Amino acid sequence: MALIKAQNITKDYQTEDVVVHALQEVDFEIEPASFVSFVGPSGSGKTTILNLIGCLDKPSAGNLRIADTDVINLGRKESAAFRGKYLGFIFQDFNLIPVLTVYENIEYPLIMVQNIAPQERRERISRMLAAVDMTDQAHKYPHQISGGQKQRVAIARALVTNPALVLADEPTANLDSQTAYAVIGLMKKMRDDFGTTFIFSTHDTKIVGEAEVIFRLEDGRLVGKETKGGTKS
Amino acid sequence: MMNLFKIAIRNLIRYKRRTLLTASLITIGVVFVLVFVSITGSFKAMMIGQITDSMLGHLQIHRKGYVASIDNLPLNLNMKSQAYAKVATVLDATPEVAAFSPRLKFGGMFSNFVETTNIRLNGIYPDREFQTVPLLTSRISEGKKVLNRGEILIPILLAKGLNVKLGDTVVIVATNADGSVNGKQFIVSGILESATGPGGRDGYVHIEDAAEVLRMPEAEVSEVAIRLKDFSRLPTAVKQLETKVAGVVNKEGRSMFEVHSWEQLSPFFNIARMIDVMTFFIKIMLIAIVLISIMNVMIMAVYERIREIGTIAAIGTLPGKIRSMFIIEGFCLGIVGAIVGGLLGSAVILIVNLVGIRFDFGQQQGLLLKATLNPNDLLTVSVIVIFVAVAASLQPAIKASKMEPIEALRHV
Ligand SMILES: Nc1ncnc2c1ncn2[C@@H]1O[C@H](COP(=O)(O)OP(=O)(O)O)[C@@H](O)[C@H]1O
Ligand SMILES: [Mg+2]
Repeated sequence: MALIKAQNITKDYQTEDVVVHALQEVDFEIEPASFVSFVGPSGSGKTTILNLIGCLDKPSAGNLRIADTDVINLGRKESAAFRGKYLGFIFQDFNLIPVLTVYENIEYPLIMVQNIAPQERRERISRMLAAVDMTDQAHKYPHQISGGQKQRVAIARALVTNPALVLADEPTANLDSQTAYAVIGLMKKMRDDFGTTFIFSTHDTKIVGEAEVIFRLEDGRLVGKETKGGTKS
Repeated sequence: MMNLFKIAIRNLIRYKRRTLLTASLITIGVVFVLVFVSITGSFKAMMIGQITDSMLGHLQIHRKGYVASIDNLPLNLNMKSQAYAKVATVLDATPEVAAFSPRLKFGGMFSNFVETTNIRLNGIYPDREFQTVPLLTSRISEGKKVLNRGEILIPILLAKGLNVKLGDTVVIVATNADGSVNGKQFIVSGILESATGPGGRDGYVHIEDAAEVLRMPEAEVSEVAIRLKDFSRLPTAVKQLETKVAGVVNKEGRSMFEVHSWEQLSPFFNIARMIDVMTFFIKIMLIAIVLISIMNVMIMAVYERIREIGTIAAIGTLPGKIRSMFIIEGFCLGIVGAIVGGLLGSAVILIVNLVGIRFDFGQQQGLLLKATLNPNDLLTVSVIVIFVAVAASLQPAIKASKMEPIEALRHV
């Protein structure tokens, strides 16, 4: 069964004088453990669709089910709880908590969002630190490490709660291309190791080649889907 | 919870200068209030002590109507000896009472055979009087600290004015209840320093001598001054004695006596009240300082961390936790201000005591100001500061918890 099922998703933004149609009648399904990218030029609606999937925003019309939950009708607190349980987030600007060390940043969702016992917490964090190769930087603060390292920590933070789905809006936009490939590679490896679904957005046509399922967006419309192996639709 | 504190404290450390500034502001406020409360409180307690322990006593009992015309020292409103005996029985049976002293008050003429002037006198049993107002003996600046039959203690102003010395013979002339006049010679055995308030410039003779001057076959009693074992229990003691004394009735069945605490008898009570009002307003000012400074800092903290708030909200931190995070930050600031302020305030009070500040109060000069910090005041001020700190963080914290994650994340 599909992990995400989006039907006829429309999102309009009401600005002062015009209505912006950020998404128009978007339909798609995403299978568990897939490695998906939304690609398109700036303003095509990538952030909007990721915000909807991430339960941070509600569509103007359409249906959206994630992990068998009708996420459109969740209240504010229920949304937060749902995000904490099923979703992980990776941000363009890394968004680590500056007053917490690498270790504590990864620990944060285990204490503040979920309520994981200390012993298991320690095990999970060391596993994650090893997986993103940051074990020897664990005691450092975010301002003491590089952008690529920050994004690796962010990946660890997103994955430490064992989410079903990790969302990453332009995760490589602030990284040089070599680091960008490394970060996407790491995300893919994590998908392989943990079976987590990854959805990332990018406007970088080279990076997008790393994805296994590619959705192309243009002016708020889904204009194409490619699956690795060459199937186009 | 530990984590919330960890994050709050790290955020406070992150904005070191601002935290320091706010904490010092609160600290200064706390120090100021503590020093003020302690010094005024000690001043008040000391003045009350002076007034009650050197002449007034903690409370007094009179025959009904006496206090209203106390300025004339009316002889016709005295208690007869049987009436006084009833009062004495009541007082003897009241465990709160440490000592009591009957006084026969009267006005008369004082003459050194050259000049004559007015004098107000208290006829007393010296032992009982000295037990009831123990500081009276300390007011005897010249002469012995006892009073025998035939001797008189005179106020210093009178001694100076009429140039009367210790051991001089003087004459007291007084009008009796029946309108006749009588006189008696006394030896000046002591000079009394003045005290502030009514009765502060009275002279003292033995009550038997007073009765002799007034031609009373048995000494009547104008007032009974009472000293309590525990001054802090004054209000309850007054109530208790009022009910007990109300049971003593005259032939018409009306109660004969009235009970007054020092507060009703001395104008200094108004000054004491003023001090309390001032302390109250100083505390209000402290509250304003804490409220404004913490609110200011917390509003800034929330504004600076909008993206962080967006991040933690996006990854599923519940609004309540975000709220607590900021409230705890304000709470910690309040705690720091209260603790540092408390320590510093105590230190300042200690220094004030070590330096030894002296002041004059009315005729009394060079009183040493002993500032004592009441632990209750320390507790109250700390609790106020911490409570206000939390209250001031409430609005910014609620605002943070209500932010929409996508809008907060978009914030630059
Ligand atoms: N909060 C908003 N209010 C108004 N218009 C918005 C808002 N967010 C996005 N848009 C508009 O919606 C369209 C899609 O934006 P977005 O999803 O951010 O595109 P992308 O991430 O692909 O650059 C754009 O035209 C953008 O201007
Ligand atoms: Mg975008």
